[in-house]
Amino acid sequence: MRMIAGFEEPTAGVVRLLGRDVTGVPPNRRDVNMVFQSYALFPHMSVFENVAFGLRRKGVAKREIAERVGAMLEIVDLAGRERRRPAALSGGQQQRVALARALVNRPRALLLDEPLGALDLKLRQAMQVELKRIQREVGITFVYVTHDQGEALTMSDRIAVMNDGAVEQLGTPREIYEHPATRFTAGFIGTSNLLAGEVTEVVGERAVLAYGPDGRIEVPLRGGPGVAAGERLELTVRPEKIGIGTDAPGGGLCGVRGTVTEVVYLGTSTNYNVTTATGADVVVFLQNATSADDIAVRGDGVWLSWDPRHSYAIGAAK
Amino acid sequence: MTAHEPPATPDPSGGPGAAGGRGAGRGRLAPYLLVLPSGLWLLAFFAVPMVLMASLSLQTGNLIDGFRQTFHWANYSDGFSTYGDKFARSLWYGLLATGACIVLAYPAAYWIAFRGGRNKSTYLFLLLLPYFVSFVLRTVSWKLVLTDNGPVLGPLRDHGLLPDGFHVLDTGWAVVSGLTYNFLPFMVLPIYVALERIDPRVVEAARDLYASRLQSFARVILPLSLPGVFAGVVMTYVPVSADYVNAEVLGGPRNTMIGNVIQSEYFDNSAYPVASALSFSLMAILLLGIFAYARTLGTQDVLEAARR
Repeated sequence: MRMIAGFEEPTAGVVRLLGRDVTGVPPNRRDVNMVFQSYALFPHMSVFENVAFGLRRKGVAKREIAERVGAMLEIVDLAGRERRRPAALSGGQQQRVALARALVNRPRALLLDEPLGALDLKLRQAMQVELKRIQREVGITFVYVTHDQGEALTMSDRIAVMNDGAVEQLGTPREIYEHPATRFTAGFIGTSNLLAGEVTEVVGERAVLAYGPDGRIEVPLRGGPGVAAGERLELTVRPEKIGIGTDAPGGGLCGVRGTVTEVVYLGTSTNYNVTTATGADVVVFLQNATSADDIAVRGDGVWLSWDPRHSYAIGAAK
Repeated sequence: MTAHEPPATPDPSGGPGAAGGRGAGRGRLAPYLLVLPSGLWLLAFFAVPMVLMASLSLQTGNLIDGFRQTFHWANYSDGFSTYGDKFARSLWYGLLATGACIVLAYPAAYWIAFRGGRNKSTYLFLLLLPYFVSFVLRTVSWKLVLTDNGPVLGPLRDHGLLPDGFHVLDTGWAVVSGLTYNFLPFMVLPIYVALERIDPRVVEAARDLYASRLQSFARVILPLSLPGVFAGVVMTYVPVSADYVNAEVLGGPRNTMIGNVIQSEYFDNSAYPVASALSFSLMAILLLGIFAYARTLGTQDVLEAARR
């Protein structure tokens, strides 16, 4: 993000803005604006002056500045607070000033560095909706950095999952969540259960794994790692895709045996922690749609089952 | 403590000891007890001498016959009429030295605050190192450096690079240079503190919003550091205008400041009332000056920016 903004130079590669190479161009001559995590508002200026700062530097005519700043403060719902100093505003208001200060310049792209990180949950959720609305309204690209996976899923059209400075996976929220390509992505976005077993046979695009004494797992390979019988394979299943039963599942479902170690009632759903026959910890989310009672209690031996289509091979197990 | 305060009022500063009757009394007294030592100190070494000096400044007499309170206001008017030029010179030298301090201190403080990296405290220490040497000794060593046959002027003169009769010592410039040097840290430190407190992200935000380096300095860094400059000016200008050591050592007889006059009236002439009156006059002038300065600079803005 700091490279897109121009504060740092990449050691390799180029930064392109609408096809134009802007690597090495200083930040003040790049048509992108940034919303800082700490807002970085100018403490000695009024809200109006903060928002007008970029336009003044660009030499926009005074009348137009007043109009555009007024209109932008209207959008972020801060009209009437033009004369306040940033210190006299709440966190959410400061955040919106920072947003207005960047957006008023109509940049080619808006960079947001964890813009909601300092807000409490309620305000954050309200601002997420607000940001999406504003984004649709102004129609420019938002590059949005967040460590909050839920925020990443709800806010974005495309997600780049980054680890150690490299992109692990790039895709829509659905792709990222449903088809995590790597162990990091699977673990980072949402909760996921990692299971490993020995491949007994490979049938077309599917590998069949033995798990524990009597467990059986099928997993689609999707052109992923080519594995042969006898190798160990690691796969991931999302907690809400797993069912819990007392008998071994049939009908082509995968099934592994386990013992319930914890039951957490959450209102709309119940969390079960299950330790499988081979010692892996699996989390299961069950919606409390029909049953008011828990399906299993701590210490119960259960069968976990899921549709092979909901599991993903993510590579050879170590 | 205010006497009309009802004793049963729960005390916010009491802490755990505030529960019982005796404990409550002690808890309420605690803040006053904490202030007591420094309060007594101020009383004994500041308030009392001030009152005595104020009284002394209106007395007449001499060392042998003793001084008597006669409310002799002429001590003040005579002081002004006799030493008006010294007052003016002091204030003028103060302005020059303070201005020079800003010019020298700001870049240094800026560099340490923004480019100092991990060694900031080392650089500050190096800056302050000379000031571990006694004030008088430092000034005297300047005299050795600047003297006509000293290490600077001597070789230059030998090579015929200086016009005849060129001196540095015993000129107003020598005094202002000495003052500037001696009070530089009082300017560097507050400016450094103000700059250090500026969030680098705020400067980046300015750059991001199309400000060039120069503009982000003028629009963001400079305004945000003004409280430091303001503090530095107060901390420098007041002692510089009242200084007498630099004028004594570096200035010779023709560049004396009001501090020298006060010193000689007091110690050489034993004219205690006159010296006291001059001191109070100087204090009044400086106070008025500082108030006017704070007014024109707009303390409101300065304080607000400083608060953050």
